[in-house]
Amino acid sequence: MSGMGIGALMLPSVPVIGCTVSAEHLLEPWMDAPAKKKLTEIALNAAKSKGATYTDVRIGRYLQQYLFTREKQVQNIVNAESYGIGIRVIANGTWGFSATSDVTPDGIAKCAATAVEIAKANSKFQKEPVVLAEQKGVGDKTWKTPIVKNAFEIPIREKIDLLMNVNNKALDGGASFVTSNLFFVNEQKYFASSDGSFIDQDIHRIWPTFTVTVTDKAAGKFKTRDAISSPMGMGYEYLDGIAAEKIAGPNGLVGYRNSYDMIEDAVTAAKQAKEKIAAKTVQAGKYDLVLDPNHLGLTIHESVGHPTELDRVLGYEANYAGTSFATLDKWQSKNFAYGSKLVNIVADKTQAQTLGAVGFDDEGVPCKEWDIIKDGILVNYQAIRDQVKIIGEKESHGCCYADNWNSVQFQRMPNISLKPAAEKRSVMDMIKGVEKGIYIIGRGSYSIDQQRYNFQFGGQVFYEIKNGELAGMLDDVAYQSNTQEFWNSCAQLCDKDDYRTFGSFFDGKGQPGQVSAVSHGSSTTRFNGVNVINTGRKI
Amino acid sequence: MSIILTEAEAKALLQKVLKYSKADECEANILGEERGNLRYARNQVSTSGSLVNQNLSVQSAYGKKVGVATIDEFSDESIERCVRRSEELAQLAPENPEHVGVLDPQTYQKSSGFFESTAAVNADFRADAVMKSLELSRAQNLTAAGFLENQKGYTAMMNSKGLFAYYPSTSVNFTLTVRTPDGKGSGYVARGYSDVKKLDTAAATKIAIQKSLGSVEAKALEPGKYTVILEPTAAIVLLENIYFNFDARSADEGRSFLSKPGGKTKLNEKIVDERVNIYSDPSNPDLPGSPYSGDGQPVNKMSWIEKGVVKNMVYSRYWAQKNNVKPVPFPSNVIMEGGTATMEEMIKSTKQGILVTKLWYIREVDPQTLLLTGLTRDGTFYIENGVIKHPIKNFRFNESPVIMLNNLETLGKPERVVSTESDRNYLIPPMKIREFTFSSLSDAV
Repeated sequence: MSGMGIGALMLPSVPVIGCTVSAEHLLEPWMDAPAKKKLTEIALNAAKSKGATYTDVRIGRYLQQYLFTREKQVQNIVNAESYGIGIRVIANGTWGFSATSDVTPDGIAKCAATAVEIAKANSKFQKEPVVLAEQKGVGDKTWKTPIVKNAFEIPIREKIDLLMNVNNKALDGGASFVTSNLFFVNEQKYFASSDGSFIDQDIHRIWPTFTVTVTDKAAGKFKTRDAISSPMGMGYEYLDGIAAEKIAGPNGLVGYRNSYDMIEDAVTAAKQAKEKIAAKTVQAGKYDLVLDPNHLGLTIHESVGHPTELDRVLGYEANYAGTSFATLDKWQSKNFAYGSKLVNIVADKTQAQTLGAVGFDDEGVPCKEWDIIKDGILVNYQAIRDQVKIIGEKESHGCCYADNWNSVQFQRMPNISLKPAAEKRSVMDMIKGVEKGIYIIGRGSYSIDQQRYNFQFGGQVFYEIKNGELAGMLDDVAYQSNTQEFWNSCAQLCDKDDYRTFGSFFDGKGQPGQVSAVSHGSSTTRFNGVNVINTGRKI
Repeated sequence: MSIILTEAEAKALLQKVLKYSKADECEANILGEERGNLRYARNQVSTSGSLVNQNLSVQSAYGKKVGVATIDEFSDESIERCVRRSEELAQLAPENPEHVGVLDPQTYQKSSGFFESTAAVNADFRADAVMKSLELSRAQNLTAAGFLENQKGYTAMMNSKGLFAYYPSTSVNFTLTVRTPDGKGSGYVARGYSDVKKLDTAAATKIAIQKSLGSVEAKALEPGKYTVILEPTAAIVLLENIYFNFDARSADEGRSFLSKPGGKTKLNEKIVDERVNIYSDPSNPDLPGSPYSGDGQPVNKMSWIEKGVVKNMVYSRYWAQKNNVKPVPFPSNVIMEGGTATMEEMIKSTKQGILVTKLWYIREVDPQTLLLTGLTRDGTFYIENGVIKHPIKNFRFNESPVIMLNNLETLGKPERVVSTESDRNYLIPPMKIREFTFSSLSDAV
């Protein structure tokens, strides 16, 4: 599931974890690493004494600042803090988990005992004991997102001024309505395990976004255009909008790499939403699609990211998100053509400025990069410590994550990215070679089946391509395909100069649901002969 | 003191909160809840958990300057700090032109959503209920993945004009997917109740097993327009998108499926078949809901669609004041009236059609028409000459629930159903619809 789209960003549905605090409180320092280590040792010892054969402990302080505006007014500002400890154990060969906000020696010892009790109680269901891939203790380690400006240190006034400026520019540009939001997250988490790891991490994420709406009341029509920003593993510097990070596209369109010009995008959005009102409805049929990274990221997420999660492949998500077509026999054959030879997809938890980048995962495993699809062939999955033996590997991939101290960690998607072409190619070069096609930018409607075969995607803006040139805007566009067919129709990639990341800030998985944030990099990519449907209806 | 406060305890706590207030107006909301869950997959437990949660939210206002603060710990010192913080935030806040003052005391109807039976559910109960299910799927060499979650809690509020409201409730949700070991068959069941005595995990499991075994060796049908019989689990994930979009402001602003050319709305217009009646009623014993909304408005019985005509839309207090109409809060439950037909009768009267038991990954394609896309899942069957002939491969659909309710053939008897998209519970009937649009095939099982 790729979580909430922009359209779903109504105030009540945004996950806010913890209690509201003052903006200043978010900047107050937390306890130092030695103090945290002391507390985790209480948990490790208590669990061991109750019979745990393995224990990991996460003390976390999770900070969020969210700002919501519409037109000329501030709707809400949320400053929230969640603080507590989660203890996971193996006892009788079975997992047990317990969490508490009572971070005192007594509270921690009780919580550890409960985790062991739960493991023992659940062991009556267990058929095979849990076996963990070996992970040598890493000792005392620290890791920080390499931010330039801590978003929490920027005065609220400055953030509101930015959003009001965005709204005013959109309204001046002809928008009937506009909502704009800023999301900032800081995870301060300390991990300790009975393997001998003590890891202190400070992780920052940012997401600026907006939705512009244009209505034509006389005709009873309305169209929206969402921001083409990307959530990032960066500080407030992402909003500097520096020229060197802008990528010039066809017909004056602009793409944003690692720096976003929110005001410029709002002006463009109002213009494009007006154009959408008058755009020509698409004629259904086969088209060559030229997909911008800000659009293709979601297609990668749904059709490659989720089906290659090993827990899905094995059936652990069968009751909710589903299983996967990318079964073990396909991987074992070593010749399953997931895509054309141009398709090289890597999993990664280290790429700078991405949402997935951390030093260590929530099982204390150092992060790395590995291949998922190489020259079109499925070569690996995403796996954590208790699964990786199933694919014959001895080391976890390091992609275990929990969205809070009170959630149990499980396998979550690392960054899953498509490598750009080695040869030189710009978007303009690519479009020149397309006779009948559609150029799609931005994240739109999306849906995919529970084994990730059949999907349908929309977008934010669609341009018709006729004989190598953009020929005006189209409306009512969605493309439908089958994952393997689609990736095998991948015909051309732009080079690294066009490479950008897309992100999902609230990606949902599990029961009860947890969110995570993940990036997907790619350059603009061409897919030949994809089925496009017309989504226009009358009611 | 327990996390779940009695009405008297909640009142006393809220009075204490209000005593600390120095603002022009103050409103306090509290909640307390306990949740427990057991999740399993591949026929064994994968995770389990419990959550205890309480929260106090204080909103202080000076004129139209508003501040909100929350805490999860209810000592006198914390409460006072929370009230002070909300006042400080209000002083610093810009004026909110849409702020309307707190309500005078209101009268609320009775609603009984709290069941001692459900409140007593513990880890042992969950383990036994899941074991009853697992025994059945294991015995037939099938693979089960499921989730059982129970909740008990209350909400309460008070404001500086003396308004007080309190509502306790309980719930239990059980969902299960049973798959054949070769991966060719899959069946699903979902059950949601306020009273856990109604939950029979073994009986529910038998339905999922039947669908799992019955869906093996599915044949492909050509995509196109078909008559469909939608079980309530399938129908609700489409219909709830109508309810989610009943906001008057969006309609007035020209950005809703309820907006019309010329700037008007579809209020009092017929939008669907005249047999469609949709309303809410918190006192319904099969689907009890909160008798008050978060801002203290009474939630009473309210008709939304009557004989196919839009009768009411949701008006926030601000939007109602601006338009000089009565405010209408969001409903706490939604009920669709049904007919008398049984599922057997609906199948028997179908010459050619498709029985859809579940729909999945529903997303809005066009907010203007409420066009939705998604897929069938976990048991889809071909009906010919009044009998189920064979399972069929899953389809992707592109359909609007508004168009669908105009193509209504028959309504069955309403039952309580859990939305697999939103987790909300509803009362709706199974329904037969003509010309439902399937646009492509899926290989997924």
